[in-house]
Amino acid sequence: MLTKRIIACLDVHAGRVVKGVQFVDLVDAGDPATQASRHAREGADEIVLLDITATHEGRQTLLDTVRRTARELFVPFCVGGGIRSARDAEQVFEAGADKVSINSAALADPSLISAIGSSFGAQAVVVAIDARRDPEAADPVRDAQVFVHGGRKPVGRRVVEWAREAEERGAGEILLTSMDADGTRAGFDCELTAAVSEAVGIPVIASGGAGTVAHFADVFGRGKADAALAASIFHFGVSTSRSLKEELAQAGVPVRLPC
Amino acid sequence: MRVTVIDYKAGNLTSVLKTLRHLGAETVVTDGDLSLVEAAERIVLPGVGHFAATERLDATGMTGAIRAAIARGVPFLGICVGMQWLYAGSTEAPQQAGLGQFPESCTRFAESTEKVPHVGWNSLEVRNGSRLLAGVEPGEFVYFTHSYKGPVTADTAAVTNYIEPFAAAVERGNVMGVQFHPEKSGETGLKILRNFLAWQAKGAAC
Repeated sequence: MLTKRIIACLDVHAGRVVKGVQFVDLVDAGDPATQASRHAREGADEIVLLDITATHEGRQTLLDTVRRTARELFVPFCVGGGIRSARDAEQVFEAGADKVSINSAALADPSLISAIGSSFGAQAVVVAIDARRDPEAADPVRDAQVFVHGGRKPVGRRVVEWAREAEERGAGEILLTSMDADGTRAGFDCELTAAVSEAVGIPVIASGGAGTVAHFADVFGRGKADAALAASIFHFGVSTSRSLKEELAQAGVPVRLPC
Repeated sequence: MRVTVIDYKAGNLTSVLKTLRHLGAETVVTDGDLSLVEAAERIVLPGVGHFAATERLDATGMTGAIRAAIARGVPFLGICVGMQWLYAGSTEAPQQAGLGQFPESCTRFAESTEKVPHVGWNSLEVRNGSRLLAGVEPGEFVYFTHSYKGPVTADTAAVTNYIEPFAAAVERGNVMGVQFHPEKSGETGLKILRNFLAWQAKGAAC
């Protein structure tokens, strides 16, 4: 049976894992290669490394980090943050990533999705979407406003239509972050996740709002998510992938339990 | 041991090469030098992407060289599209012939309420006698990402169920294929690749 994926997300700044609330008051949380291996050992189904440096000078550091992290990692490995061109993506793949996650650059130039996909396959392209419900829209959920990552102003796209366009252009997966839920630890936005998941034929990874194991069970059930991103729930020692998955299995969610 | 990895410009070889090296193999990559295929001790054909990309194997003459290597008894492992290429063909690119080691064709998952592509970790039901999958316990998980698959036949070494049962692995003598990505399948995947690297013809001197 196909299982629901738990994806461990590492925010990386200048070659180190950092944790902090919405990129403020960053605290050093270790070496990315060590952390990624540990998560894989504990049962994470996939690792996402999100570079929050995103400066030109930081790219070489990032590539070194990707190379070191990939060396001993034998589960799918996705890298996001600051990928602006097919050439950027190629360098990240050559360093050992299996997938890239693109957000702002795809919004600025949607043809980037197919440009990367045609060389590396659709399975290698994850389109990340940051969305906030729009109370003024006819359908506040399906028409949630899309933002560039970390942005304050909506870009004028609606979440369902943008997710569909991304799929048509050859995205392999959608990484959907609810900006309403992000940082609250009060649960994923299951309505938003379900709206996107039902609108596309590719997997949807839910992100933002996880605080308890029950939140994961909820987004896999009601939210129809194929995978869920776990970040701060691990950082703050709430849970390891292993204990998270054991509890999900008890709740009847199909998961891969680590050996 | 040395492994010749075939590059047909469909996706990224980095993960496969890295994993084979991690397991102690020396890797040689060729995108058309037939002498490297002729001298191969073991061959891996990775692949993500579209079945049509295998046309490059015909254009470079590697199809014939691989066929000859297989006939010589060289252990061969196809991964993902590399496994599908072992069949007669695929409905993904009907004009493009596969190697035809297995007479069936690959087809797309049937329309259903489930999503296609099939992405994620799914379990293996290993058939008795598979040497490639020796030591893989019932229900161990591996990582898949694909929309086309081979049918379950007598040559199927493991079955996975998604929408319908399909061939997760195929094996006949020295010819082996896996639909999943062993290089991305954690300890289970490493075990399978170790089995491939240790594969010897029955009766061969160790």
